[in-house]
Amino acid sequence: MRQKDPGLQVKYEMLFSRTLVITALLILILVIGLFLTLLLESLPSIQHLGFGFLFGKTWDPVSNVYGAYPFLVGTLLTSFLALIISIPFSMAIAIFLGEYQPTGALSAFLKNIIELIAAVPSVIYGFWGLIVLVPLVRSLESKIGVVPYGIGIFTASIILAIMIIPYAASLGREMISMVPAQLKEGAYSLGATRYEVIKAVIIPYTKSGLFAGILLSLGRALGETMAVTMVIGNSSIIPTNIFAPGNTMASVIANEFTEADRSLYLSALIELGMLLFLVTVVINVIGKRIIKGFNT
Amino acid sequence: MKSNINYRINKSLFIKGFIIFLAFLITLPLVSIIYYVAKEGFATINWNFFISVPKPVGEVGGGIANALVGSLILVVVASIIAIPVGIMCGIYLSENGENKLSYYTRLAVDILQGVPSIVVGIVIYFWVVKPTGSFSGLSGSIALSIMMLPIVIRSTEETLKLIPSTLKEAGLALGLPYYKVMIKVILPVGMSGILSGVMLSIARVAGETAPLLFTAFGNPYLNTNIAKPMQSLPLLIFNYATSPYDEWHNLAWGASLILLICILLLNLFTKLLTRRWKVQF
Amino acid sequence: MESPILNSQNFNAYFGNNHVVKNVSMEIPRNNVVAVMGPSGCGKTTFLRCINRMHELIAGATTSGIIELNEENVYDMHAIYVRQKIGMVFQRPNPFPNLSIYDNTIAGYKLNGIKLSKSEKDGIVESSLKKAALWKEVKDSLHKKGTFLSGGQQQRLCIARAIAMQPEILLLDEPTSALDPISTASIEELLHELKKNFTLVIVTHNMQQAARVSDKTAFFYMGELVEYDDTKQMFTNPTDTRTQNYITGRFS
Ligand SMILES: Nc1ncnc2c1ncn2[C@@H]1O[C@H](COP(=O)(O)OP(=O)(O)OP(=O)(O)O)[C@@H](O)[C@H]1O
Ligand SMILES: [Mg+2]
Repeated sequence: MRQKDPGLQVKYEMLFSRTLVITALLILILVIGLFLTLLLESLPSIQHLGFGFLFGKTWDPVSNVYGAYPFLVGTLLTSFLALIISIPFSMAIAIFLGEYQPTGALSAFLKNIIELIAAVPSVIYGFWGLIVLVPLVRSLESKIGVVPYGIGIFTASIILAIMIIPYAASLGREMISMVPAQLKEGAYSLGATRYEVIKAVIIPYTKSGLFAGILLSLGRALGETMAVTMVIGNSSIIPTNIFAPGNTMASVIANEFTEADRSLYLSALIELGMLLFLVTVVINVIGKRIIKGFNT
Repeated sequence: MKSNINYRINKSLFIKGFIIFLAFLITLPLVSIIYYVAKEGFATINWNFFISVPKPVGEVGGGIANALVGSLILVVVASIIAIPVGIMCGIYLSENGENKLSYYTRLAVDILQGVPSIVVGIVIYFWVVKPTGSFSGLSGSIALSIMMLPIVIRSTEETLKLIPSTLKEAGLALGLPYYKVMIKVILPVGMSGILSGVMLSIARVAGETAPLLFTAFGNPYLNTNIAKPMQSLPLLIFNYATSPYDEWHNLAWGASLILLICILLLNLFTKLLTRRWKVQF
Repeated sequence: MESPILNSQNFNAYFGNNHVVKNVSMEIPRNNVVAVMGPSGCGKTTFLRCINRMHELIAGATTSGIIELNEENVYDMHAIYVRQKIGMVFQRPNPFPNLSIYDNTIAGYKLNGIKLSKSEKDGIVESSLKKAALWKEVKDSLHKKGTFLSGGQQQRLCIARAIAMQPEILLLDEPTSALDPISTASIEELLHELKKNFTLVIVTHNMQQAARVSDKTAFFYMGELVEYDDTKQMFTNPTDTRTQNYITGRFS
């Protein structure tokens, strides 16, 4: 009888199991390493600038002054504006796909559109924004009487909104399609209309899940770099209104990292990166927790 | 009473119409993007576009051969790094429901999935570029592979968890060692799910720019040496789209078209493959 | 007298602190069919899985005592070797869904990387499928996937897969409980044939089945081996009242 040497097989087996453990450890170490590297490299900035870094209103590398406040404002402004623009659309898509038409040609079409929107690279969004959206925004700006830059926070927010719609929409769809049928039927049997069922049953039931989807899409928006960098105008002055040019934490890193000639300058940029990392970690972990809680 | 019911019904219908209208508005930007990329892109590409490198400012013509070759190399090397590690880690997680390591690794994967890609670029700059003293294709690939990992790990884990444990027992009861059961029974049965995760991760990083800015960096010349700076399609698009020159804009449109087609094909391919390789239990 | 092929002595099995097989001692003679019976949860499956060392795959599962295969303790051998010597058929048919009928039959060789020539493979496939009484039904569709077969055919394919490895013992855990009466009948018929070449241990809840197919019957109750005797003796004149109660259907 041809049998393989069991001793050898046992050895391979050990090797295999160990490799599995090692790769799992590797991922853990990778993430810890990401954080430690960011922390280590931003130490000079943390030591020199302290908390003042976050509230410093001027960013002027030439005179070695680094204040992150303009970028915090720029990041929060673009992200929340994008979120506000995107919510009606993503929720409409989630309700359409989850409740009105979970199957059929129309929903298959919309699902494909959503997938495509998510698949388009951000650099193409940026290019399209630059060529198509900026002139549109510019003419809008001259109509309402603000300085017609075209580029700026507002334009970046529109592009971001388009880009994050798929995340909130597809998560929302999943949540809505999980609402138990008997809950809805209970309301229908009392004579509720479709809209009333959505308002009184579906939305309350899926509230936390919808919120998690929106939270995760906010995480995306905060970290998105290229499309924003291309249309936001790259100005380190605190934006005074939503049409002004600005910079986000991600876009200033993208623009200035390879030009940072002083160690404090580089370190300040990395500290921005670390803040970005921490914020997205918190948002993602909370978002995923909520979704897990919803599923069980 | 009657009119109240009518009012409610009409309100419900009106809101349905409004929601459908909002939902389908999303097609508008997509159509616009595809229209512009196709219009400007097709006007630019010709045979020369694929085989030559960009010309200096002022000269017409030139192509994106450097970016095509660079993107291919970057993605292939990233896949070589990420796929084995990702699949192994996915196997570990699917096999170890709840222990300390699997708990923290899962958390790490969640975190990795949300890390902004520019941050990955920064870290790889310090891990690879600085120690080696040069921007390089390899550092770019490593950055991309980190972006691929969470997708590959998650799809492997989710796929393998759905495979009934009776199949594993069948293999073990035949006297197969555990590693052969995993590699020869469980992985092939889950192949369609794992493969679709792998393809999606490739499609995702093929369009990534931010992690390459401080790693692969870009290169106006054709380069196949992964120890040297390397161009990629997204990098080229970024650099040329933000330049003030019309010829360079044209190159960027052409490159956008090629990139978009590649990514759409990858997505389409994933769907077809998944359907064909699906294993019935 | 010939020494038994399988000999369990004071064998115990646990799930964590849960003691589910208690001090079981029994000898199984070569080329016999032994039926294992008892109420649900009494440890039949667990005992069976201890014989080919599948029990230890469950986290927290442990054993003590010895089980000898040809007078050698299986717990001193490599589990892989034990499982090649002692085949197993599960309650639900579990053919490999990605393999053809042909490849399923020789899966033990194929997946283990044991090289066989085409004619050797053909030979093993044909003889195993014949022994499993499946050859006639599938010989023209050997390269279709195993999962296209009916439940009863799938179970016979799993039997063929197990016997292709030429084990000495075949363990069957309620192999017909998921099947219809006609498939059940054909599997029972098959067991009669298999007896000539193998030693069979079969867990069943069906008393008629035990009476029809087995030479000896073991009755388990709450983890203990209460009674173990020739099947005829057991069904006509059980000594233990618990066995009597079970056979006459006084508890189930
Ligand atoms: N995977 C497991 N983990 C923990 N305990 C288990 C496990 N499997 C079985 N048990 C416990 O071991 C005891 C014996 O189970 P076993 O499956 O051997 O019973 P059985 O006699 O085969 O029952 P049945 O006739 O229902 O198949 C039961 O009390 C059961 O709760
Ligand atoms: Mg059982």
